[in-house]
Amino acid sequence: MKRFLKLYSIEQKLFFRSADVFIFNLCMPVAALVLIALIAGEKAAGDSGMTYFQSAFAALTSVGICCSAFMSILIVMVDYRDKKILKHFYCSPCSPVWILGADILCSAVMAALSALLVWLTATAGFGYRMEGNVLLFIGAWLLTLTSMFSIGLMIAALCRTVKTMNVVTSLVYFPMLLLSGTMIPYELFPKGLQRAVDVMPLTQGVKLMKAASVGIWPESVCGSAILLIVITVLCGSISVKSFRWE
Amino acid sequence: MHTACIEACDLMKSFQGRKVVDGLSFEVEKGQVFGLLGHNGAGKSTTIEMLLGLKKPDGGKAFIQGQEAAKHRKEVFEKVGVQFQSSSYQVAIRVGEVCMEHAALYRNPADYRKLLEEFGLSGLEKSRVEKLSGGERQKLSVVLALIGNPEIVFLDELTTGLDVAARREVWRTLRNLKNNGLAVFLTTHYMEEAQILCDRILLLRNGRKIAEGTVEEVVQSSPYDNLEEAYLWYMGEEVEL
Repeated sequence: MKRFLKLYSIEQKLFFRSADVFIFNLCMPVAALVLIALIAGEKAAGDSGMTYFQSAFAALTSVGICCSAFMSILIVMVDYRDKKILKHFYCSPCSPVWILGADILCSAVMAALSALLVWLTATAGFGYRMEGNVLLFIGAWLLTLTSMFSIGLMIAALCRTVKTMNVVTSLVYFPMLLLSGTMIPYELFPKGLQRAVDVMPLTQGVKLMKAASVGIWPESVCGSAILLIVITVLCGSISVKSFRWE
Repeated sequence: MHTACIEACDLMKSFQGRKVVDGLSFEVEKGQVFGLLGHNGAGKSTTIEMLLGLKKPDGGKAFIQGQEAAKHRKEVFEKVGVQFQSSSYQVAIRVGEVCMEHAALYRNPADYRKLLEEFGLSGLEKSRVEKLSGGERQKLSVVLALIGNPEIVFLDELTTGLDVAARREVWRTLRNLKNNGLAVFLTTHYMEEAQILCDRILLLRNGRKIAEGTVEEVVQSSPYDNLEEAYLWYMGEEVEL
């Protein structure tokens, strides 16, 4: 355990050295929260029963999850495979699972830090108090995290080269970030687009977190939770089955 | 007493119908420096990967200290250090950090600071690995291969791409290792390297063994009096200067 923590602490340092992680994970969601608060904070967000600020709070705590799952995890795994770092770990008494485990933990910590920064900014800067149940919100956040990570891990397992990984990352990461209601409020989308982006798993995660944060539970919420659990199990097992360290 | 620490018995491997390693057998004794020589694509790296259990042979078996690496990975790799051809490291990682990471993998690691000092790298502990020169980076890869206090090290084309001075510096460090009783399995296409370092060499051509013995033995079995000419003769590629 001590040896694993040593490995983790070094990998975590490397995460903090990455400008991408710093900008997308830590700065971007806080900046978006401040902007939305200043522009439309107290306005009602469509017929959701929330203000834009309440909606944005729940949505922006998931930006870190999106960045970690579809950027950090993908880049680290495919890059480490390409650089033969995983092969080196294979040729040691430990296994590549050690470094992969350490990096998944680093990604989760970054996602949590990102959410915490949004929460701190909201409470300290704009006097936000969560109307819903905090524990249920954390539960929804964790379910969203595990399901998105399992999708990220599956893509990392299926992408064989850095080139395909780059293409797939752009195809998955940016649409998820822009259209799943994380960065741009879902309530602003026309009804047709809302139905289209409902297909995205992250949209369902964001809906669940919003519901928990304000304590308003639409009927569709149960379906969202089940979908996320199914995704976690399905993508998780595909990634374990198809993972190649070389 | 049987003292072979690496044993290959009739190893076979084909890729897409092309035989890359074809019935290769050899033994490496404890404390010996063994050189696998051959052109690019002769099957050197594939042989190493089969020995290490990274690739499954189509036929034959490979043993490290009497065990198959793929089946007894944990025990085997406590005592084996490996450097791969053109391996690289995490972005922005520092020399000290990459050493600490490797040390964390072993139950009884060596003091990496001492190793860095021995290899003339101690001033670079805080430097980023990507900023190192080619020679420094190769020396670092030897340090990493040694961090687990191994009894055998595998070095795959360690000096390819280095300038003459850097190559000599790496040779000097390998000679020290040899003097400390470590078994070294190396692949190279530099004859000078084989001459300076190896107790025994094996010449590989299209995956087949074409000569094996000490450098002197291999040279004497050819019509020439130096390894480079002899090597080309064995390869069937004598070139008049």
